[in-house]
Amino acid sequence: MRLSYPTNIKIVKVPCTGRVDIIHILKAFEGGADGVCLVGCLEGDCHYLRGNLRARKRVEHVKLLLEESGIGKERVAMHNLSSAQGQRFAEIAREMTEKIRALGPNPARKTG
Amino acid sequence: MIVANRKPFEEIIEMLKPYSKILLLGCNECVTVCATGGAKEVSVLASEIRLFRQKEGQPVEIKELTLERNCDTEYVESLKPAINDYEVAISMACGCGIQFVGEHYRDKLVLPAVDTTFYGVAEEQGVWTERCQGCGACVLDKTLGICPVTRCAKSIFNGPCGGSQGGKCEVNKETPCAWQLIVDRYKEMNMLEKYLEIQPMKNWSTSRDGGPRKRVREDLKL
Ligand code: SF4
Ligand code: SF4
Repeated sequence: MRLSYPTNIKIVKVPCTGRVDIIHILKAFEGGADGVCLVGCLEGDCHYLRGNLRARKRVEHVKLLLEESGIGKERVAMHNLSSAQGQRFAEIAREMTEKIRALGPNPARKTG
Repeated sequence: MIVANRKPFEEIIEMLKPYSKILLLGCNECVTVCATGGAKEVSVLASEIRLFRQKEGQPVEIKELTLERNCDTEYVESLKPAINDYEVAISMACGCGIQFVGEHYRDKLVLPAVDTTFYGVAEEQGVWTERCQGCGACVLDKTLGICPVTRCAKSIFNGPCGGSQGGKCEVNKETPCAWQLIVDRYKEMNMLEKYLEIQPMKNWSTSRDGGPRKRVREDLKL
C-alpha cells in the first residue's frame, strides 16, 4: 500500500499516546506548529490498557489551555486508529491539514 | 497537604502585563501533590504565558524555578543568584510560600499565580477534598475522626442542624452532612452513647479568631 499524506506533517513517534503530556503539545505550538494531532490506538485496544484514554483527556485539557492563551482549541485533535487503517490515517492527515490551513498560521509563531 | 487552584489565566496575564523578564516559581511539596504548582505545572503555565505574549507581539523571558519548599529560609535563600535578573516573580506555591519569598526579597514583587484554598487529602487521583481548618484545638477524639469544624458547613458541635437531608448537607446535595457521618461512625464503633454528650461552646481563640498564630520550640532555635 503506497498511500500519500501531506508532506508538511511531521510525525513524532511515541511508545503510546499515554506518553504524550500536556507540555509536549504546548511545546509543539511554541516551536511553531500550526496544529497538533494525536493518533492513538482504538479505544479498548491500548497495549498499556488506558494510555489512549488518558491521552484523550489530556487533549481536552490542552484545548482549554490553548483557548485561554489565544491559540485556539481547534488546532489540536485526537483520533483513534488501528495499525491496519493506513487509508484512514492518510485521510485524517489530509483533513487535519485542510482544517489548519483554513485557520491560518499559529498566531504565536515567531517571525524572522 | 495544602491545596490550591491555579488562578484564572486572564488574571495572571493582567498582573504580568508590565513585565518582560519574569521569574516563575513552583514548589516541590503540597502544590506539587495537588497538581497545581509543581515543576510540571510551572512549565505548562510558562509555556501558556509565552504563547499568549508571543501572539500579542510582546514576548517574555521566563525563568522556571521550582524550590524544594518556599516556606523554609534555607531554600528561599537559594533564589538569591537568580531573582535579581528578573523584574518580577510570580509564584505557584501556596500563600505561605508566596509571602515568604516576598519577605526575603523586599525590592521585588512576588505575585500569586494560585488561589490557596484548603488543607485536604487526595481522595482519588485528581480529586482533593478538605479535611481540616487548623482550629488549634482538635476534637477528632470526640467525633471519632470526622472534623465538624471543616466538614460541617456551619461548624456546629452538637449537630446535625435542620438542613441535614438524607445524609446530605443543605448547602450542596453532593456534600455529606458531617454530623450524619459522625453519628454513623458512633454506630459503627458501638459508641452511640458518646452522641449524648453535649459539647460545650468551643473556644475559638486557638483558631484564626485569636489572630495569627505562632509556634516556637526553644530547643530547636539556633
Ligand atoms: S511553600 Fe506551601 S506548598 Fe510549598 S511546602 Fe511550603 S506549605 Fe507546602
Ligand atoms: S477539629 Fe480543628 S484541628 Fe481537628 S481536624 Fe478539625 S479543624 Fe483540624
